[in-house]
Amino acid sequence: MTKFNDFKARMIDYILNENLKLTLFSIILGLLSGAVILAIAGFNPIEAYRLMIVGMLGSPRGIAWTIVQSTPLILTGLSVAFAFRTGLFNIGVEGQFIIGALATTLAGYFLRLPAIIHIPVALLIGMIAAGLWASFAGYLKAKFGVHEVIATIMLNWIALYLNNYALEFNAFRRPSSESSHRIQETASIAITWLRDIVGPAVKVNWGIVIALVIAIIVHYILFNTTLGFQLRAVGYNRDASEYGGINVNRNIIVSMGIAGMLSGAAGAVHVMGVSRQVSVLAAMEGFGFNGIAVSLIGNNSPIGVVFSAILFGGINYGGRNMQNIGVPTEIINIVIGSIIFYIASYKLLQIILRKASRKSGKGGNLHVK
Amino acid sequence: MLNNIALIISITLMYSTPLIYAALGGVISEKSGVVNIGLEGMMTIGAFAGAATGALTGNPWLAFLVAGLSGGIFGLLHAIASVTFHANQVVSGIAINFLAPGLALFISRRIFNGATMTPLIPLENKMPLPFSNIFRSLHNQGRFGNVFARNSIVDLIFNQYVTVYIAFILVAILWFLLYKTKFGLRIRAVGEHPKAADTLGVNVYGLRYFCVIASGVLAGLGGASLSLAIVSTFRATLVSGQGFIALAAVIFGKWKPQGALAACLLFGLATGLRIYLGGSAVGLDVSQNLLSMLPYVITLVVLVGFVGKAVAPASVGLPYEKSDK
Repeated sequence: MTKFNDFKARMIDYILNENLKLTLFSIILGLLSGAVILAIAGFNPIEAYRLMIVGMLGSPRGIAWTIVQSTPLILTGLSVAFAFRTGLFNIGVEGQFIIGALATTLAGYFLRLPAIIHIPVALLIGMIAAGLWASFAGYLKAKFGVHEVIATIMLNWIALYLNNYALEFNAFRRPSSESSHRIQETASIAITWLRDIVGPAVKVNWGIVIALVIAIIVHYILFNTTLGFQLRAVGYNRDASEYGGINVNRNIIVSMGIAGMLSGAAGAVHVMGVSRQVSVLAAMEGFGFNGIAVSLIGNNSPIGVVFSAILFGGINYGGRNMQNIGVPTEIINIVIGSIIFYIASYKLLQIILRKASRKSGKGGNLHVK
Repeated sequence: MLNNIALIISITLMYSTPLIYAALGGVISEKSGVVNIGLEGMMTIGAFAGAATGALTGNPWLAFLVAGLSGGIFGLLHAIASVTFHANQVVSGIAINFLAPGLALFISRRIFNGATMTPLIPLENKMPLPFSNIFRSLHNQGRFGNVFARNSIVDLIFNQYVTVYIAFILVAILWFLLYKTKFGLRIRAVGEHPKAADTLGVNVYGLRYFCVIASGVLAGLGGASLSLAIVSTFRATLVSGQGFIALAAVIFGKWKPQGALAACLLFGLATGLRIYLGGSAVGLDVSQNLLSMLPYVITLVVLVGFVGKAVAPASVGLPYEKSDK
């Protein structure tokens, strides 16, 4: 019983945590900013947001789509968050995602295996390929001092053209199409019976389970292992870590590698659960940049990332419903951008919150440095 | 052969120009201690505002100005967050990258009947080619043979859009400003050691505001140099990543205007080579996709082989709090 009370106290502590309060406040302000822009553009914001929420949560179909949309975002968000925690800015999620998706499609199409082996093998191949891809950027940083931001930006584009190059081969490209052959049924993680219920167009899949398991593993690695401690120490203060006997260069490579594996898992899950193929890319699809947003809204913590990915996936899917009254879908990016802007300007929020709590005479526990 | 080289140089100049503007923006902002990842978004809003104004008014210079202003507005937003409210500058920049393109497409759809592409700007309303008339009349006088003919070497290299010349002039101006004036010394001091600068009476916040807004203006102009000169419209994929490449050029060029220029030219050259090698003139039997990797691979190789560890301004990325004094 005491154990339960202890747990309850910790949960309440967590919920009332200042960071979380500021994040929620940022989300509200972001939605308000979106409302102002909607009003200026001549739309009824209340009606627009009502449509969004109905789109997200109004039907089993909407909920299913929200989950499907948030699955890769959980993983790309984790990738960015993991790198951030270790002092690296992984702007290369996009390319790692592409490599993961490509490798998984190759494994999913060319290998002939029973499902119980095929699925984990295809997933692992995607993760490992993307992990190696990303750790190359880590290697360039560790060995030659090449800034990871430049290296990963370049690798993003190289990945995009590599994907398109792979689709030049007849063995891989589906005839008279811009796409590869579809992966074998044995590599699919679709939940067929659920698709029968919510509609075959909704690509319900086991990816969400994979993503949640990986989120737990990442949380464990970061906060319960020596490796995680070392990685965070390097992120917190590189010089002190070096002095403390941590091999900083090795940690940079390992950290980028793990971040890449997470992005690769996003690509793999996307292929095995939703797209079943890769296609010729004309431009970046934005998985990486959305991952950065998810990570930031989730305060770079694995648990936060899960919630923020679901929020992001929901707004993204539900937001399209606003088109019913003619609202351009770009309003979604404006709302997301505003939320991130307010999160960045946390000091502004602290001031507002403090004034508010003073006014109500509660004398809040928020303090401005 | 010479003509081919001239062609490559011409493409190099064309593709480097938008990058040069944005990279200069990155340099001035980072010199003052503020990281600007939002260059991409600022380029996008500039490209849109320029093309939209150009299409609606037919005046390219007004369009160029509006593009700079719209970039500057987002620079101001970035400054408010990162200077006044001590935001994490990377986070604030990413917010700009969602906000600015989002707003550009939102407004585009509102103004142009749901289209994310602005109407085409007629050729005569694009940014001018300032030397074109001189070249044509010299050629027509016939005294110089074919030196000034269309697609001659001189024509290919020197008959560029006015935005190209402005970009080069801006590099010189920014270099002069940063390294030859008291104002520039103050900017650098603020980026290296804000506390010391503050103690000496330099207005840290004011200078950072100026530099971040200037960086938005420059990025906006870079976007417009795409949508008003290289092409004559704005579309959703127009900027696609060039702001990030400009950011890479800032780091690559070691936070110096001339370095950033060199980095942008290298990138443009690699693009020029790709287009030349893939074109019918050479007809190299290599996949276009492999050739397209060239600029990025060359950049990585050069970074590894020829550029040592780059040193950023000491206080870049760190918010400055006056009370720390």
